[in-house]
Amino acid sequence: MLNRRHMLQTVLGTGAALGASSLLPAWAKPSSNGNLGVPSLSGTRFDLEIGRFPVRLNGKAGMATGINGTLPGPLLRLREGDNVTMNVTNRLAEDTSIHWHGLLVPFHMDGVPGVSFPGIKPGETFKYQFKVPQNGTYWYHSHSGLQEQLGHYGPIVIDPAGADPVAYDREYVLVLSDWSFTHPHRIFDKLKKNAESLNFNRPTLSNPTGLGGMWGQMRMSPRDLADVTGETYTYLINGHSTADNFNMVFQPGERVRLRIINASAMTLFNVRLPGLPMTVVQADGLNVQPVETDEFQMGVAETYDVIIAPTEARAYAFVAESIDRSGQAVATLGPQAGMRADAPALRPVPMLTMRDMGMAHGDMAGMSGMGSMDHGPDTSMDTDMSDHAMKGHDMGTMSMQPDPNGAAVQPVKIEADIERGPGVAKVSGMTMSRLGEPGIGLDDVPHRTLTYNQLRALDMNEDHRPPGREIVIHLTSNMERYMWSFDGVKFSEVTESIKFYEGERVRLTLVNDTMMPHPIHLHGMFFDLVNGGGHHMPRKHTVTVKPADRVSVDITAEHVGDWAFHCHLLYHMHAGMMQVVSVIPPADDTTPAEKMPAGQMNMPMDHHGMNHGEGKS
Amino acid sequence: MMKPNLAAPLLLGFALYATGSAFAEDTNQTPPWDQADAIYGEDVMADARRDVLAEGGDQKSFYILFNQLEAQMSDEGDSLYWNGQAWYGGDINKLWFKSEGRASLNGEGVDDAEIQALYSRAVAPFWNVQAGVRYDIEPDSLAHGVVALNGLAPYWFEVDASAFLSEKGDVTARIEAEYELLLTQRLILQPRIEANLSAQDIPERETGAGLSTLDAGLRLRYEIRREFAPYVGVEWQSAFGETRDMIKAAGGEGDDIVFLVGLRTWY
Repeated sequence: MLNRRHMLQTVLGTGAALGASSLLPAWAKPSSNGNLGVPSLSGTRFDLEIGRFPVRLNGKAGMATGINGTLPGPLLRLREGDNVTMNVTNRLAEDTSIHWHGLLVPFHMDGVPGVSFPGIKPGETFKYQFKVPQNGTYWYHSHSGLQEQLGHYGPIVIDPAGADPVAYDREYVLVLSDWSFTHPHRIFDKLKKNAESLNFNRPTLSNPTGLGGMWGQMRMSPRDLADVTGETYTYLINGHSTADNFNMVFQPGERVRLRIINASAMTLFNVRLPGLPMTVVQADGLNVQPVETDEFQMGVAETYDVIIAPTEARAYAFVAESIDRSGQAVATLGPQAGMRADAPALRPVPMLTMRDMGMAHGDMAGMSGMGSMDHGPDTSMDTDMSDHAMKGHDMGTMSMQPDPNGAAVQPVKIEADIERGPGVAKVSGMTMSRLGEPGIGLDDVPHRTLTYNQLRALDMNEDHRPPGREIVIHLTSNMERYMWSFDGVKFSEVTESIKFYEGERVRLTLVNDTMMPHPIHLHGMFFDLVNGGGHHMPRKHTVTVKPADRVSVDITAEHVGDWAFHCHLLYHMHAGMMQVVSVIPPADDTTPAEKMPAGQMNMPMDHHGMNHGEGKS
Repeated sequence: MMKPNLAAPLLLGFALYATGSAFAEDTNQTPPWDQADAIYGEDVMADARRDVLAEGGDQKSFYILFNQLEAQMSDEGDSLYWNGQAWYGGDINKLWFKSEGRASLNGEGVDDAEIQALYSRAVAPFWNVQAGVRYDIEPDSLAHGVVALNGLAPYWFEVDASAFLSEKGDVTARIEAEYELLLTQRLILQPRIEANLSAQDIPERETGAGLSTLDAGLRLRYEIRREFAPYVGVEWQSAFGETRDMIKAAGGEGDDIVFLVGLRTWY
């Protein structure tokens, strides 16, 4: 049997053997020399410098802002349980920060300026210190301004303290990203002035869907798949464009682990290796029961680890295609370095449907009279509750509007009234769970695709409690004005954070009233995705909510602190699709359901604690 | 006649904008969250919190668009015509300028030139209400009060409807509507109409009551970049009713077909 660690050293050693060339930044190394693409740092003390440096991508020169002079930043190889120190020095002329995406660190080490710490001033060194609480594939990135778009991101791999349940002979970390030669502030500015100006797949005279009918009447476009597209972006794998051809080598018969991280600012990717099935073994850093598939759609900030087992000694393409099919990045996996796999042609641009608009009356015939459509395949809460014989708990009095189709005992539901206004162009009439769908454009591909419903945690979930209350949050927008918000309230208008109580189990239901998928990320805690997985719900730090989707996640609020909660599409966050979740100690030692302040116990939420903004008088 | 200071409408516009923005200011002083204050200090966190909130949707932009910047050629002579706008502000409140005018390319100087300074407020997903002043530099100095509705109508029609009250008490209105038909991703046909109406005869401006003029044009542009699009086009410019009679009495034609070459550009 192959010694995995030995093999790993072999792979990493290839770079070291290059001598002088290994001192070059990652992007400058020739791929023909088996360039790993990402320099690696390990140990317990890390010195990271944030600065500006030149890069060359696709034959074109640009300036990046990033970590230790490489794009992406160095791979931080940590060990579960270690106490680590990260000395982060700011060599920029502006503030910076590093957020350890998905790591459950103390909140004041979480790295969000204005939420969990003040940020790192120019010239200053900030010392992050924390115990590495978990293992798996994660990443780190700036949470300041738009620095992520400029290259301020890098991968983290945490080796488990014990045995790794995933067997593999060789591994590669693949950081997917979207590079722009246009400055991100200019991109944001253009979106504000003319939100469709970066889209070059708009409806035309010869493809007029969207000009008339419901689309035209609503002033929405079925081709509004990505705000920033391949016209602006060069898509990268480990800092390599397709032309720069990132290389991976394998020996036929080996099990190769790919740790795939979507570190894009704005791009959801369709990931596939034509001719090679993938077995998904980990999602967002936590192991899942192996599931074989041929393609999956990956929201920004999500990570997937897959095992591939190529048997033929030929070059395979690893393809990361942007959701709107305006571009892709292709890397080569071959039996020797320096090969170039055939890049598949971009596939036809998909179209949004009435279902994405939340107007799928065709599909919904005969279902009238159902008030809330929040019971797709995700009715596991009912199961959970009966499993645990909740009847003994006196929660019935908290139930305000029992769902006749739901469980006998309903948790308190907190939901704001969403009204149309300058920042809210549409409130979806019909939302339902879309966890069983692979994502926009993947419904009709001629091979297997991954859905959230297929994911099951490898380890049994630790917290089996049913949620004591449910908080419903709408994802809202007006694409025309490029306004993005939660519940119609931009972050700049927020006057009170969302409160979770330490120790409580709470259900968060995300309702997408927009036409775009949003990768929603909550710092400091994992989402237990309510997908019918019983006690093996997949646990994720980022969940992509599809258009007109209604997704529920259960959360155990363990770690006291203020935690950022936002859409991980950078310009959506920048436009206001962000909030803060404050996990606060319970007021007294009563049961979690009774810990809410009186103001939050009413349903609907009735704008409690929220300023609904300039748009309303 | 005393020439009103051109700065006056601009100042008034700024004042309206500032007033409108001030109403939107939130005066709540309780921090929305503050758990890091105990670790890093209240003042430093208050500053960082203010910054992160402002970066979450309170950005201001400046936009300038020359929708038309074109040479118009016809039997009656050639002229340079412009129609543009600019704004500064956030999502809801903006200071909005509009300018429109025409200069002769046959050495006869500027025929018409006006500038508007408006406070604009988003009142619905696709609509802004605007109010402010208009100042005409040519054909004669004249100030107007303006109210306007500006936005995107169903089926993607861009509409701007303005009503004007001049310092002399004359009421006029202008309606502009246009559509962008993408023939390809970069080749765009823009049908456009502009109608001027008047509530009364204004003989010194050759304007009669009712529908005074209507321009209907087709412009075909190629977006080399989205922000930079040369175009060619044709426009039918026509006067109606009393206006037509006045123009004819002055020796002009009531109708004209003009050919256009121009540039649509924005930043």
